[in-house]
Amino acid sequence: MTELTNKSALELAAGLNSGEFSSVDVTQAHLDRISATEDDFNSFITVTDELALETAKAVDAKRSAGEDLHALAGVPVALKDLVVTEGTRTTAGSKMLENWVPPYESTVHNKVKAAGLPVLGKTNLDEFAMGSTTEHSAFGNTRNPWNLDHVPGGSSGGAAAALAGFQAPLSVGTDTGGSVRQPAAFTGTVGVKPTYGSISRFGIIAMASSLDQVGPMGRNVADAAALHELLAGHDPLDSTSLPDEVGGFLSAAQTSELKGKKLGVIKQLAGEGYQDGVRTAFTAALETAAAAGAEIVEVDCPSISYALDAYYLIMPSEVSSNLARYDGMRYGLRVEPESGPVTAETVMSATRAAGFGDEVKRRIILGTYALSAGYYDAYYGSAQKIRTLVQNDFAKAFAACDVLVSPTTPTTALKFGAEKAADPMALYLGDVATIPANLAGIPGLSLPAGLADGLPVGFQILAPAREDIKLYEVAGPLEAALESAGGRVLDTLAEGLNAK
Amino acid sequence: MKYEDAIKKYDPVIGIEVHVELGTATKMFDAAPNTFGGGPNTNVTPTSLGLPGSLPVVNEKGVEYAIKIGLALGCEIAETCRFARKNYFYPDVPKDFQTSQSDEPIAAEGQVEVELEDGTIVTVPVERAHMEEDAGKNTHVGGATGRIQGADHSLVDYNRAGVPLVEIVTHPITGTGERAAEVAAAYVRTLRDIFRALDVSEARMEQGNVRADVNVSLRESPEAPLGTRTETKNVNSFRSIERAVRFEIARQATLLEAGEKVVQETRHFHEETGETSSGRPKSDADDYRYFPEPDLVPLQPSREWVEELRASLPELPAQKRRRLLGEWKFSDLEMRDIVNAGLLEAIEDTVTAGAKPAAARKWWTGEVARLANQDDKHPTEIVTPAQVAGLVDLINEGKLNDKLAKDVLTGVVAGEGEPAEVMKARDLEIVEDTGALEAAVEEAIASNPDVVEKIKGGKMQAIGALMGPIMKATRGQADAGKAKDLILAKLGV
Repeated sequence: MTELTNKSALELAAGLNSGEFSSVDVTQAHLDRISATEDDFNSFITVTDELALETAKAVDAKRSAGEDLHALAGVPVALKDLVVTEGTRTTAGSKMLENWVPPYESTVHNKVKAAGLPVLGKTNLDEFAMGSTTEHSAFGNTRNPWNLDHVPGGSSGGAAAALAGFQAPLSVGTDTGGSVRQPAAFTGTVGVKPTYGSISRFGIIAMASSLDQVGPMGRNVADAAALHELLAGHDPLDSTSLPDEVGGFLSAAQTSELKGKKLGVIKQLAGEGYQDGVRTAFTAALETAAAAGAEIVEVDCPSISYALDAYYLIMPSEVSSNLARYDGMRYGLRVEPESGPVTAETVMSATRAAGFGDEVKRRIILGTYALSAGYYDAYYGSAQKIRTLVQNDFAKAFAACDVLVSPTTPTTALKFGAEKAADPMALYLGDVATIPANLAGIPGLSLPAGLADGLPVGFQILAPAREDIKLYEVAGPLEAALESAGGRVLDTLAEGLNAK
Repeated sequence: MKYEDAIKKYDPVIGIEVHVELGTATKMFDAAPNTFGGGPNTNVTPTSLGLPGSLPVVNEKGVEYAIKIGLALGCEIAETCRFARKNYFYPDVPKDFQTSQSDEPIAAEGQVEVELEDGTIVTVPVERAHMEEDAGKNTHVGGATGRIQGADHSLVDYNRAGVPLVEIVTHPITGTGERAAEVAAAYVRTLRDIFRALDVSEARMEQGNVRADVNVSLRESPEAPLGTRTETKNVNSFRSIERAVRFEIARQATLLEAGEKVVQETRHFHEETGETSSGRPKSDADDYRYFPEPDLVPLQPSREWVEELRASLPELPAQKRRRLLGEWKFSDLEMRDIVNAGLLEAIEDTVTAGAKPAAARKWWTGEVARLANQDDKHPTEIVTPAQVAGLVDLINEGKLNDKLAKDVLTGVVAGEGEPAEVMKARDLEIVEDTGALEAAVEEAIASNPDVVEKIKGGKMQAIGALMGPIMKATRGQADAGKAKDLILAKLGV
């Protein structure tokens, strides 16, 4: 591991600015690191080395010419392979889109390109973002850099592993029920799910439209804040995009204090079913926050108990409709039936049977059922009501505190093939703490809060909708307090990787 | 059973769904041009192709047009409404769902006054008008019939996918009895006229801008519950609508007479035979799994906007007809002929240009229509209202009589210039030279002593018999009125 790949995004930005090194140096160092470690981690589905170096060269030239550049210009980034990249294949982790090269550009990639960030490649994910381990990717498992026998989390598992494995200083993930925060927790990195509508979904392959949100990921809070500022903002191409002016995240992360901040511990998310080590680390983090002047209160969000049930009706319902278009008629995989007549119907059927994995099929079936005539009111209708209740609960809770906190996940990263990993219901339960934020549309952030049995524990912060800045006002100083109390979580890994 | 017998025995109930393609510049949810024609799959964007990651954005003009239609139909415009996904797999539907509106349409509960041939007004209750997008177009290649059966392969053109549509759904239309088929056609024609008056669509039936699905059911009596209905899809001309309803009423009556049941199904109409045939069974098994479109936010047209649009509505065809009927004092029959001939606007413009309504009507429905008909054209294609008004002017000034005016009109149609120019160029102006006229009159009196006797005896109509020779002598350019005065003066009557 070179010195360059060990640096944070902001450290790299500073070095690029001062001329200490070039973007080509930085980009090449990360590409070298990727080729040296991909056999172990499998974080990427596609590495775009030529494009990355091209961008790096162009940015270096602009910098030499004295042009005005974005603060992160020249700092490489990895994109989850759910983000459409014109001219570069975009798979969504599915056999269905194995060879699909988009003819158009996503807003996220447009912003990344405009700011001059070299894109290292497209990271691995559970198929169409459905899963929490990357085991549902059609392109193999991504392994957790902390311990290759463990999952990196998902669905943005590749994005998180690329950060933890020092393959990329920044990652763009997506979070529908925890897909950014949970892998961040499992890999000791920072993952943010912004307020719904903060970052454009135009060109993000849809899983569940009312829940999906692009999330910035980094190895520390400030890096994530800087990336969030770059990605956020109104986009007329996304009707659900917020009109809000965005900014101030980075300075909030760097200058805020915990003193006087009220942290509400969600009663329903701090108790049973949590791994001992997770609970211990979470409690210790709360004590550190209190020692730094934060006030800790307990808040009640009773309807959160139903959030998981509501999520598993709304999400698959939208999935069943969003994934209908993969029918072999226009793009992507097309499979003809092995026998019998070749008609539109039989080709659609054969294509979908061959192209989708089990988890995707499971959710399409669930959603199709939940939306069916006669069941709609009982399932989708009721779930939407719970969604409103969860929003109301959060609104009440935020009246009593600045942010809400909980462990990000009940456990640390599971082992591949562990009993739990094979049981879909147990895996679904792992999303219990992250899902409510998606249902309510509020922002959430996970940062590392120590280790349990050698694996990182995630600490989740939730803020009111459209007040993402509050995440950073707490996460910034909390990260600093935790590091001065127990050291940087990722340093442990870096040492371990260096020792290899 | 014949239609005539069927409607004596059963009470028909009809329901009509009309789809109109809006004439917006771009599609309903993306920036692809909304134009007819063009190479296959050229008027498309990632959104109209349903590419992964693409998202819809509502076309505000489409919403405006839908509100205008709703207002013109007397509907309530919803304060908040939503789009919904109608999920079904079909190759011409790029996302495998159609973005439509389900339980929250933009406009609901209105009515349309429909005028039948004989002037009877029937009020058709409108349940709703909602917005949705059109599908692409399948072409089946290799079969004998162009239908999917027997085809070798199919091609899909997504140019039409995403084109904005408004669907207008009626409540069951009852009480039409023997006029059910006529009402169905007249209703769609009335909507077509409204769309054109609102300028929200070209509304050309032959281009499929307006398409109708016709539901028909029969019951024993107006008090009985509704019978089982069939839905005949995509009937695309007024005549076909009438034929389809007639056929279905007769067919269903025949089934019921034989003690059989009508199957609830969609049916296809065949232009060649005027018959319908079974499509697919439509039942509760049809499950479109509607749910609110999560990629779009609820639509909340402000009351100010709605009122602005209401105030901007043009006079609708029925209102205009009623107003002009009062102003022009035509008979109902005359008015209907004008409307059916598509001459209302032309006559109105001619009157505005100074002609008397009766004269304008006479020329447009008479000689102009006759000349146009010879060339297979519409009267408004061969002359302008200003030209007809000019012609009428020349007659009023006494410079032309009807016969000469027809000659002038021929010249105008031939592109020889404005009426006054043609009159001069063709030397058709009525002779003012009383010398020549006097000579002709004297000659006529001298040669027709028996006629003169009759006139002297008080039979004034006999004057007509002298006019022939006078006109002949003056090559038609004599002013009939002046000639008459001269005759009377000379005879001392």
